[in-house]
Amino acid sequence: MTPKMQILFEQLPDLLGGHLTLAVPAIFMGVLISVPLGILCVKSARIRGPVMSLVSLVQTIPSIALLAIMVALLGGTIGYWPAFIALLIYSILPIIRNTIVGLESVDPAMREAAKAVGMRPVQQLLWVELPLALPVILAGIRTATVWVVGIATLSTPVGAPSLGNYIFSGLQLRDWQRVIFGCVATMTLSLVLDQLIAVIEKSIQARHRVSLVLASCALAGLVGIGLAPGFMAEDAAGFSNLLGSREGVAESLEPEESPLTLDGQVIRIGAKGFTEQFILAEALRERIRKVGGTPEVLTNMGSTIVFDALAKDTIDIYIDYTGTLWSTVFKEANPIGRVSMRADVAGRLFNDFGIVLLGPLGFENTYALVTQRKTAFRYGLSEIGDLTPVAKDLRIGGDPEFFGRPEWQRVRQLYALDDITEVGMDSTFMYQAVADGQVDVAAGFSTDGRIDAFDLTVLGDPKQAFPPYDAVVLLSPRAAKNQNLVHAIEPLLNRVSVTAMRAANRLVDEDGESPRESARQLLAD
Amino acid sequence: MDVPAIELVALTKQFRNTKKPAVDSVNLSVSQGEVLAIVGGSGSGKTTTLKMINRLIEPSSGLIRVMGEDVTNRDPVILRRSIGYAFQGVGLFPHMTVGQNVSVTLRLLGQDTECVSKRVDELLAMVELPAEEYRDRLPTELSGGQQQRVGFARALASQPRAILMDEPFGALDPITRDALQQEFRSLQKKLQVSVVLVTHDMSEAVLLSDRVAVMHEGQVAQVGSPHELLTKPVNDYVAQLIDTPRRHSDFIESLMREAPIEGTS
Repeated sequence: MTPKMQILFEQLPDLLGGHLTLAVPAIFMGVLISVPLGILCVKSARIRGPVMSLVSLVQTIPSIALLAIMVALLGGTIGYWPAFIALLIYSILPIIRNTIVGLESVDPAMREAAKAVGMRPVQQLLWVELPLALPVILAGIRTATVWVVGIATLSTPVGAPSLGNYIFSGLQLRDWQRVIFGCVATMTLSLVLDQLIAVIEKSIQARHRVSLVLASCALAGLVGIGLAPGFMAEDAAGFSNLLGSREGVAESLEPEESPLTLDGQVIRIGAKGFTEQFILAEALRERIRKVGGTPEVLTNMGSTIVFDALAKDTIDIYIDYTGTLWSTVFKEANPIGRVSMRADVAGRLFNDFGIVLLGPLGFENTYALVTQRKTAFRYGLSEIGDLTPVAKDLRIGGDPEFFGRPEWQRVRQLYALDDITEVGMDSTFMYQAVADGQVDVAAGFSTDGRIDAFDLTVLGDPKQAFPPYDAVVLLSPRAAKNQNLVHAIEPLLNRVSVTAMRAANRLVDEDGESPRESARQLLAD
Repeated sequence: MDVPAIELVALTKQFRNTKKPAVDSVNLSVSQGEVLAIVGGSGSGKTTTLKMINRLIEPSSGLIRVMGEDVTNRDPVILRRSIGYAFQGVGLFPHMTVGQNVSVTLRLLGQDTECVSKRVDELLAMVELPAEEYRDRLPTELSGGQQQRVGFARALASQPRAILMDEPFGALDPITRDALQQEFRSLQKKLQVSVVLVTHDMSEAVLLSDRVAVMHEGQVAQVGSPHELLTKPVNDYVAQLIDTPRRHSDFIESLMREAPIEGTS
């Protein structure tokens, strides 16, 4: 097995566990809710219309949106509960529909026979109608199972670890092996659960007590894993706990001269969904482990979700960028100077949310106009202003979104670049495009590893047209009071240069190294 | 004299969406140990009458007495448990074994497991299906005749004073039907259970019953012993119905004498 596969398999118990604890209880609860509701719908035409309309309507909400809506409905709570409730809602329609169809397809003669031998309505239901409808109801449960296991991969961005972590991080890291691994794992789980229910169905029909008992035990075991209080409750990922503490023990065996200790405390680290965030989260994890803490990393969180989670103490720490906070949290349109922005953001974070901006890491991840060395030499380019006289001959590549952003309008205005030709393209391709000479300049990101990989030059921005995007460490209100945590993180402050960050990103994006290994090298520098 | 097992007084059923009542003021009584056949074409109201007796269909007006007691206002579920019912097309529950089907009413009555199991063996022996072999089979694993025997066993399970039968021999092949009819008659005589049997087949009615009620357009045209019907039919409809078995038997008799009678076919 290649080391890369080994890493993927190492994460499997953690993520598979997270996936199971979400999907299996959701389906189980779905059955408990939908079957009685289906029965009510059959017995009462009056509730049937509204119930079916509501359930079908909810089903049409795109799943990723439903998950995000759940976060909002639960007052910004992230992790297990919003994902669980969204999955529960998704499991209802197929089960309720099949319960109705199954009960209605029972031969009226059977219903009359049940009545004639002296059954009361409830007995007719339990002794005759439900057993006869069972195959159809089970088919509905199987459909729900396949849906829910699939959709559970989308719970990653709301902070509930699942097999979706492989897929989301794989897409960000452009690591197809990782994406496929996640897909295969999800499909396998889905098939196993589906077949388990099929076995139960067959053994009921064939009256094979042994296989019925075995399959039921296997399913009950999975439900048990899901419902065990230690795994659920406030804990987004029970297995991650197990894994984390095991790592913590291994770590404490190493002689570590440190008077400070987090003494096994669980510290939850958040990260957004791109390479740099993965690496920085690993760097934080490494620091926390070093002082005996038990770090837990939640990656691929949505940008606003991770911030809200920090404000609510759901996570303890993550890295954000001053320019992002300035515009998305405080809704400021015009940038101000680097130092004043950082001070202003820090003050407002503390006043409005109790969040502490511990300090800058030492680099910024801002927009950067990059060009080939050859082009720079030919036109004598060293800063953005040098583009002005030759603008009408040049083509600039960038994300279509970038050309619509106020930052670009400011740059065009301040440096008089109205004549330059804009070429919209996906950010994945723009570095290659500028390296190949398909465009002359690209609007990249200052810490992107591909700037080095393609040997590109960054043009200076003396007029500060691009707002500052300093990477800063943010601590939740509760975490800020934890002096030992603060001391553990402080050595990272002002430690990471833009070149070092770019090299670390390059290691992952271009050389296929894991974020953890890249973080280790970053810290070793 | 004993009270009649079943007595119907001016029993009427008016369905909501029809002009004429389906059953129009029917008076019938079944003595204890007697078999009463209700004969008539489709739409004559015979099945509706039968289903009103255990209130699978609620009567619009009239009275039902079972063993002298007015059951029109009794809990219909309790009533149904005390009257056996054999269905058209058998009506066994496909997901229950033979034993479970037979014992369903006993279990509904809350009898204990041991008692139920003993009674199931007894009942299966009565309909000549050895319990060891048949108890744990599913209905689909039995022939049509065997399924009907299980149906009888189920109807007899709670030792009812009366059983209702809706075309019970309808779906069987002639040989099986004949054998089962014979067995039914001897079993009925042995148990002295009262039976109301609905059929459209006059031959069956004549062969199996003590008295026959002919129904036509919701009303009872004539009630009497097969002999009375044959000798003194009250109208053309009854005469026509009863003529069929007579012609069959005359024809068969003539075949025995090897001298065919003209006009029969």
